[in-house]
Amino acid sequence: MLQSLAAFKENATSAIGNAGLQRALARAKPHFAKKRQAAIDLLPEFEALREAAKNIKDHTIAHLDFYLETYAAAVEASGGTVHWCSTAQDAREAVLKICRDAGVRTVTKGKSMVTEEIALNPYLEANGITPVETDLGEYILQLRGETPSHIIAPAFHLNREDWEESFRKSHTDLPADRIFRERRDLLTEARGKLREKFLTADAGITGANFLIAESGTSVIVTNEGNGDLTQTLPRVHIVVTSIEKVVPTIEDTLSFLRVLARSATGQEMSVYTTFSTGPRRAADTDGPQEYHVVLLDNGRSAMAGTEFQDMLRCIRCAACMNHCPVYGAIGGHAYGSIYPGPMGAVLTPMLSGIDAAGNLPNASTFCGKCESVCPVKIPLPNLMRHWREREFERHLSPPAQRYGLAIWAWFAKRPALYRAATRAAALGLGFMGRKQGRLAWLPFAGAWTKTRDFPAPEGATFFAQYAARQKARNQ
Amino acid sequence: MSRTAIITAIQRGLKRGPLPTDQQAMLTSRLKTHPRGPIPARGQLDLPGRIALFTKQAEREFATVAHLATLAEIPTAIAAYLARLNLPPTLTISPHPALRAIPFAATPALQIRSGTALPAESTCLTLAFAGIAETGTLLLPSGPQTPTTNNILPDNSLVLLPAARLTASYEDAFDLLRAEQALPRNVMLITGPSRSADIEQTLELGAHGPRRLHILILDGQG
Repeated sequence: MLQSLAAFKENATSAIGNAGLQRALARAKPHFAKKRQAAIDLLPEFEALREAAKNIKDHTIAHLDFYLETYAAAVEASGGTVHWCSTAQDAREAVLKICRDAGVRTVTKGKSMVTEEIALNPYLEANGITPVETDLGEYILQLRGETPSHIIAPAFHLNREDWEESFRKSHTDLPADRIFRERRDLLTEARGKLREKFLTADAGITGANFLIAESGTSVIVTNEGNGDLTQTLPRVHIVVTSIEKVVPTIEDTLSFLRVLARSATGQEMSVYTTFSTGPRRAADTDGPQEYHVVLLDNGRSAMAGTEFQDMLRCIRCAACMNHCPVYGAIGGHAYGSIYPGPMGAVLTPMLSGIDAAGNLPNASTFCGKCESVCPVKIPLPNLMRHWREREFERHLSPPAQRYGLAIWAWFAKRPALYRAATRAAALGLGFMGRKQGRLAWLPFAGAWTKTRDFPAPEGATFFAQYAARQKARNQ
Repeated sequence: MSRTAIITAIQRGLKRGPLPTDQQAMLTSRLKTHPRGPIPARGQLDLPGRIALFTKQAEREFATVAHLATLAEIPTAIAAYLARLNLPPTLTISPHPALRAIPFAATPALQIRSGTALPAESTCLTLAFAGIAETGTLLLPSGPQTPTTNNILPDNSLVLLPAARLTASYEDAFDLLRAEQALPRNVMLITGPSRSADIEQTLELGAHGPRRLHILILDGQG
């Protein structure tokens, strides 16, 4: 379950002790990294495409007002309607109004992180409209009352027995003694259950991976085909999306498609990539009669022109979390944010405020892997560092950390003293741990040594060794 | 209200007002010329090379591919395919002239209906506008003669792809589309049959879209 943002440390501790989650993490982590690398090895142009994708986004963001206006005009020209929404509340109300005006009672939903961000489902339910998640992962989370723990593999934290248990509990019209021999049996059962929903829903809500300015087109990328059934069969199609998804042209979109699936699931191309432009045309025999775009800002416009602007390039592929050692240890729910992992650590403080989300940009080892796998080259560690600076400037970090840093800085600015102090500390700690080569307890670091030993320093300090080697080399 | 608020906030962030007209003209011209990004070299082959690459890539993504020389071979090939998989000999074909030209009357064992897929549809035959060799991808635009429903609702999807419509890249396929028609309501790029790895990151075919994708490449005709 999604946990509290403020309780990140407690959440992380309990995640590490959660055997089921650890089993899921151990399975997922090598899987994603290996598949991504294999896909990239097959495409010599990948680095060139990454650079092109980054440049297209930078170009678009620098002219975001122009491209949004162009996009909106093209949507209207194709017979669709754009609903501009500054806040999550505006977006929820816009969706509800569209549903009310069209007499919608049930909606099917394709996978959409923006609808998670605005907590659309509980709002629709409270207003008498039934949302049905149709992405397999999102479907089981809805049955269990959970939120996604990953932006592209929302239910990866669940194991097979969790699926069985939920299906038995929810699908009570099916024989109680049925047997699930393989994963395929679970999939087939969900397919049957959701087919009825696809065929009877009044409206379909999808997200968008890209919005194309030249044609007013929304693009979705799926493997299951649920998004296409959602946006084709009901009489109303509502796209819930956000302003940074816009790109200029179809050709620009194609460059992103070449890096997106490879970075996300390690596929060369997702199974269904669908370009939707407006409602059904005069002679068409299928497709929605109404096409709406709920275009959300929710703090994004405030990132333009700031040190966080690079984050607007994000295409939500999840490569950063798939390669993150912190995410790999604790999973997504512990972050307490709909957007977990490195991208979430940068985006969440923008959406929820740094005072609420200050723990997230600190939950990084700064190993840099996230930046190195990002298909649009977002300098994620740098952006997390900016958040840490803002947190420090605003005196939001704990006093002990601030005093500790102040003491360290006082020494660091006095090199001779710093070297003497570190030499003394190394000698002292080395002496204390000389028998076992490690220390079970350290002064001022009891919390750290409570769960692990500290290796006792051996030999001289770094400075001393460096000086000695330089001297040896010069001789 | 929100529209003005959002646009103004972006301009404030970018430290400028609305773009000057000369800059707008430059951006409009970029939209008109829609320049290409880097195109992978792998698809840049002659037609036999593109057919071979398309087939390899489509099969890698769990589609099956048959090569046929003439329209007349299609009915028997479909009947044999359905029989081999023990599927009902019923077929709904999209109401496109190219598909209507197939001589199904010669194969009475197949029950043919022309139109849009029904809820419990077993098998549909659709027409690809183009195929993309790069990744074994089909491009299927919507229209009165090519309803989108037929691409995604049936259990089994059969797609006719004339070999001459096999392009190297997505860009080449979209160039064809731009040249021949205005952008339709819906354009699907399809690469293999429906699947999901949501249960324990293990790939299973047949999530919500077709469980099988069978591509009939018509080599003989243009």
